Amino acid sequence: MHLLLDIYQKIPRLVDMRADDDAHAPSPDPVLRLRGVGKEFFGTSVLREIDLTLYPGQVHALVGENGAGKSTLMKVIAGVHRPETGTVELDGAPVTFPTPLDAQRAGVATVFQEFNLLPDRSVAENVYLGREPLRRGTVDRRRLHADTTRLLDDLGLTGITPWTRVGSLSVAQQQVVEIVKAVSYDARIISMDEPTAALADQEVALLYELVRRLRDRGVAILYVSHRLQEIYDLADTITVLKDGNHMLTAPAAEVSPDRLVRTMVGRDFAGFFPDRPADVVPGEVRLALQGSGNTMVDGIDLEVRAGEIVALAGLQGSGRTEIAHGVFGIAPFTRGRMTVDGQPVQVRTPRQGVRHRLALVTEDRKSEGLALGQSVLANARLVLDAVLPRASDRRSRAVPGVLTSLDVAASTVATARDAEVQYLSGGNQQKVVLAKWLVTEPRVIVLDEPTRGIDVGAKRAVYDLMRTLTADGAAVLLISSELPEVVAMADRILVVRDGRIAGELPGGSSDEAVMALATGVA
Amino acid sequence: MTTGKISPAGAGRRHHLGSTEIVYLALVGILLVAGVLVAVRGGTLFAQQNVSYMLTQTSLLGFVAIGQTLVVLCRSLDLSVGYVVALCSLIGATTMAGDPSRVWLGVVAALAVAAGVGLVNGLIIAALRVNPFIATLGMGLIVKGFLDTRFKGPEGEVPLAFQTFGYTRIGPVPVSTIVMLLVAAAVFVLLTRTRPGYHMFAVGGNLDVARLSGVRTGRIIVLAHVLCSLCAGVAGLLIAARFGTGNALVYSYGLDLDSIAAVVLGGTLLFGGRGSVVGTVGGVAILAVLDTAFNVLDVNPFFKDVLRGVIIIAAVALYARRQLDPASRRARFTTGGGDAA
Repeated sequence: MHLLLDIYQKIPRLVDMRADDDAHAPSPDPVLRLRGVGKEFFGTSVLREIDLTLYPGQVHALVGENGAGKSTLMKVIAGVHRPETGTVELDGAPVTFPTPLDAQRAGVATVFQEFNLLPDRSVAENVYLGREPLRRGTVDRRRLHADTTRLLDDLGLTGITPWTRVGSLSVAQQQVVEIVKAVSYDARIISMDEPTAALADQEVALLYELVRRLRDRGVAILYVSHRLQEIYDLADTITVLKDGNHMLTAPAAEVSPDRLVRTMVGRDFAGFFPDRPADVVPGEVRLALQGSGNTMVDGIDLEVRAGEIVALAGLQGSGRTEIAHGVFGIAPFTRGRMTVDGQPVQVRTPRQGVRHRLALVTEDRKSEGLALGQSVLANARLVLDAVLPRASDRRSRAVPGVLTSLDVAASTVATARDAEVQYLSGGNQQKVVLAKWLVTEPRVIVLDEPTRGIDVGAKRAVYDLMRTLTADGAAVLLISSELPEVVAMADRILVVRDGRIAGELPGGSSDEAVMALATGVA
Repeated sequence: MTTGKISPAGAGRRHHLGSTEIVYLALVGILLVAGVLVAVRGGTLFAQQNVSYMLTQTSLLGFVAIGQTLVVLCRSLDLSVGYVVALCSLIGATTMAGDPSRVWLGVVAALAVAAGVGLVNGLIIAALRVNPFIATLGMGLIVKGFLDTRFKGPEGEVPLAFQTFGYTRIGPVPVSTIVMLLVAAAVFVLLTRTRPGYHMFAVGGNLDVARLSGVRTGRIIVLAHVLCSLCAGVAGLLIAARFGTGNALVYSYGLDLDSIAAVVLGGTLLFGGRGSVVGTVGGVAILAVLDTAFNVLDVNPFFKDVLRGVIIIAAVALYARRQLDPASRRARFTTGGGDAA
């Protein structure tokens, strides 16, 4: 019962930011207030009668499944969408933002999931883009750098210099630069859309720190996230949306995790992860690596047996994805030995990987997993058509069935031939990626962050699928940054650190043990 | 055994050659190779007349390529520059009509027409959202049609006073080359010290980011195209000064594609957002050195084009490899095993 709840209670707050809670009693004057906001797209209402009030110095979490309307609501606040009904009040006065720029100038900044930075320009040039300080008609580079340095110092950010090229920064640092840019507009309201989605745990700490500093400076923060732990770590107030409706707004301390999840999903949370099948004995070794390595990883030994889920845990950049890329031939191993079903194989290209009946669900589904402008069916047939053309017509007949079994709505399955995948929700897109690989009947399937950015319902479908696959004798290699997922799903956990396997833990190990190995503090 | 700790700061700490540095290294390399080849044949590449020829070559293509750099940085393109050069040579020469007192009038008229063409190009691209390739190809055809119907060969007469722009040298260095370098310096300042310059990088890097940051993207694109055409206009005046007349057939020189080749050789990304005018000048110089060396070595003109093509493709392939392979730059282990660090 309440497995996830248990886990959240077990996890010590990695970064405890709420030490001095009484210091930020809600100030009486809201900075932004939405009343009865509604939004329609092509006659379908996606937001109905939403009320939302943001106070200075408070972190307000906005939660809900994908498709609940969180992103639309953020875009209304950001001036990207204009609401059909209701009012937006800034400091008590009704406002409309014709463009995102107007919102930004009024002090309402938004940090979207896709980065809005120029990778080839420096930090300072990005932060002050469009507002470069001038001296006698030319850009005052000294002041540009000085102003940026002051902003960075103010926020306690070390390790980022104004003249660093943004493209050379880590994902977390780029996120920070975005937030710094928002702060530079004197933003009083900053909304963040899943800011940790692409971050590893030690990078999340940097973001927490920044959010806390902003809160202390009296900024109102609207924080959209799928990760419950973050919400409880950071938020003062929680608002839940479901299917475009406002379900709940309450102080975080008064909403228990299971009530929160129940409100979000509309169903009980017990048994969020499918139960481990009882006394399953793993079969023969499907995939084995001995001393494999290339420029990014070294000395990798691992075995995945039929019916087994082996997780690769570790920090972002530790080499987890690189192991997957080595196995699948994207960045082939240059050393060591790899066998599939006991046969030594050399996989130098993804095409050879598919021929050995390996599959890789990549971590970035939009750029690596899908042809966004093509239909569901075309995407689901992609691998078959490219690598196994003779079998593709026959095997692709299984696509509608596979989609249905993945819990994709019947209407989508029916229009699979025409519906472009870019219009599907993140969860459904991920299911199309999975369908694309399932029809190739893989023996080894590597899942790289398979539940990133998808809603709770779709996550459950992915977990169920993993169990089904292993029951059918496939071997699953799971890469995930979500520790609860790793701990609950994997039979064995291999922890990767600095390009090497740092150690192995049994499934169900504590999060602390995994983190200790991953960070090397043990 | 220490594991190579990968930190974002550490990844950039090792100095990597920038594109511009590579361009100038390549230029030096090509000069050396060409110099040796010519010396083997008993000549000398660095004889005064060869150097002058080289520098003269750089100035004509230089003007056009400097302008092209601006539009390419904005993720645009200008295929009409060759026709603008021809048009401006004619407008300059016919307006001057051999009268020294009308020199300035001719210069102003030619540059005004050039700016007008650039303005129209920019507006078509920024306001009508026509793909720059198509927009400027179309504009080029329109100008070509006008040239072919209106002018039947060389026309106009450039007074001797203005012909000095084409012929005068200070030592071995033609005045036109000096003017070209001054224009390059001005564009360098524009790109590295002014808001419009900064915004050109932003528009080319990501149009939406630029717009959401308050950059008036349309104006920037139009400005880049006007400046590009103006540079082509100056090249047209240079042609007129050298020939003593305007000539429509100049458009067959292939300045449009050569200028794009020079820009790309100079390390500017064809997709915009990254590049420099210093690199472009290097790219122009590389093409000029090749041209001079081929002439001195008496290479078959058709084979000359083959060589130029091969060199351009090889150079761009080299850049592409550097850009596509970031993994190799943050390698943690060497391919042979063990730590890289």
